[in-house]
Amino acid sequence: MLKIEHISKTFNPGTVNEKQAIRDLSLNLEKGDFATIIGSNGAGKSTLFNAICGDFLTDSGVIMLDGQDITFMPQHVRAKTIGRLYQDPMRGTAPGMTIEENLALAAGKGGWLSHVSRQEKERFHEELKLLDIGLEKRMTQPVGLLSGGQRQALTLLMATMNPPKLLLLDEHTAALDPGTAEKVLNLTKRIVEEHQLTCLMITHNMQSALDLGNRILMMDSGNIVLDIHEEEKKGLTVEGLLEKFKTGAGKMLDNDRILLSGEK
Amino acid sequence: MTIATILSLGETALKLGLICSLTVLALFLSYSMLNVCDLSTDGCFTLGAAVGAAVAVSGHPFLSIFAAMAAGVCSGFVTAILQTKLGVDSLLAGIIVNTALYSVNIAVMGGSSLINMNRTETVFSMMKETLKSTPLKGRGDIVVAFIAVAIVIVFLVFFLRTRLGLAIRATGNNADMVKSSSINPVFTTIVGLCVANSFTALSGCLLSQSQKSVDINIGQGMVTIALASLLIGGTILGRGGIFVRAVGMVLGSFIFRLVYTVALRFNMPAFMLKLVSSVIVVLAISGPYLKKQWPQIKRRMTHRKGVQ
Repeated sequence: MLKIEHISKTFNPGTVNEKQAIRDLSLNLEKGDFATIIGSNGAGKSTLFNAICGDFLTDSGVIMLDGQDITFMPQHVRAKTIGRLYQDPMRGTAPGMTIEENLALAAGKGGWLSHVSRQEKERFHEELKLLDIGLEKRMTQPVGLLSGGQRQALTLLMATMNPPKLLLLDEHTAALDPGTAEKVLNLTKRIVEEHQLTCLMITHNMQSALDLGNRILMMDSGNIVLDIHEEEKKGLTVEGLLEKFKTGAGKMLDNDRILLSGEK
Repeated sequence: MTIATILSLGETALKLGLICSLTVLALFLSYSMLNVCDLSTDGCFTLGAAVGAAVAVSGHPFLSIFAAMAAGVCSGFVTAILQTKLGVDSLLAGIIVNTALYSVNIAVMGGSSLINMNRTETVFSMMKETLKSTPLKGRGDIVVAFIAVAIVIVFLVFFLRTRLGLAIRATGNNADMVKSSSINPVFTTIVGLCVANSFTALSGCLLSQSQKSVDINIGQGMVTIALASLLIGGTILGRGGIFVRAVGMVLGSFIFRLVYTVALRFNMPAFMLKLVSSVIVVLAISGPYLKKQWPQIKRRMTHRKGVQ
């Protein structure tokens, strides 16, 4: 589904701030793959997502999505088939607009001058009900009034409303309190399974990296140093994962959040 | 002051308030919705007036209105292209277009800085003729302005609820979100500014035709005056749906003109208008900011006292 071939990206080339964020990275995701990504600070995890989404153009290499070359496709065109959630719950929704209006934008059906139909509103209501956090009763309230967890759940719904070919989750539960984070994570799991989405998820939680998905990717210095497939992943423990990282990257895992999250 | 003078003051304020509220509605779209401070407003207002006058003088009263709006669309398009495609900062883009429009406007007015429309047939003179023997006699200007404002509000309410309208609002509300959704912010900014500037030009066209003349300075300071009205309107009817807020804009414009006409009556010289509108804008923007800062300022002062 997603095929990345030898992409590289250097920021600020030729200056003292030169930073090679991605080095000759290749990755092949099959349809229905759910891979978690772990890695050190500054390993290039988010940069990889930015490259896939088209926040910038890569210096070299090719990105293919579902057989289509998207290497030079503008960001907003790619966004039609790629859903994305950020760590910051404020980034995915428009606070000054109502829940209904946000969903209408995400649904994106009909012409530019069409209004939201009653059928669509009913559909929004049903979908919100499935989130099970009471948002269906607040459809005409501005999103700015919702909590971080509620906003993230809503963003998740918006990103997957028209099932995308690829879903990118960038530590989307990291800014939430543990209880809410778990809820959103369960929701993610359910939605991904339901639509059989191809999904990449960056996480700092080693346990959820082990629990979720069928693949674990480890990144270091702008490249994927370890690719653990389904068979190998079974029975792997957090300790085993850390050990594997050490052999793969040739150094200890250096990520404040992973280390501070208490081996969980 | 007799009741008759009060009424006539109110009438003047209502007429000017309604006509200029079209510019306020334009800023409502560009400034409040799209979050772009469009500084080409002054020039665009004059452009609308100039084009409207030129076409009206050549004998096309109705066409003049659409021509003015089309000119506004072009002006908005240039401003939008500068800031979305050519890397010019959005404030600077407005200023550049504003400067350029000065030359364009004089060119439109045939090289002169004044056009007189005393004997020209306009929608205002036609309405006056039509209402000659009705109870609304002598209030043709207000009727025309009211119709224009009503049409623009109905259009805005319709437009901002369409998918395109929602996309425009999202562009101004959360740029991050728009970037990662399938909305093209370049497209929404262009459409938003084109529509907004057509309202501004319409506003200029109607003002010039109602006062039967255009001079090159007719639009000077309009952006500040409109912002002042917008902020007043936002304080009165800032919450609620698009319709309520749009009506608030018109109300803000009317109140601004009312205060100004009354002040004129009390011998405030006419040239003070721009100073007053600037002060209102500063108060409306700085007021809430200072209010937020106040606890800190207070704490700093008591702290200093304590140290002494």
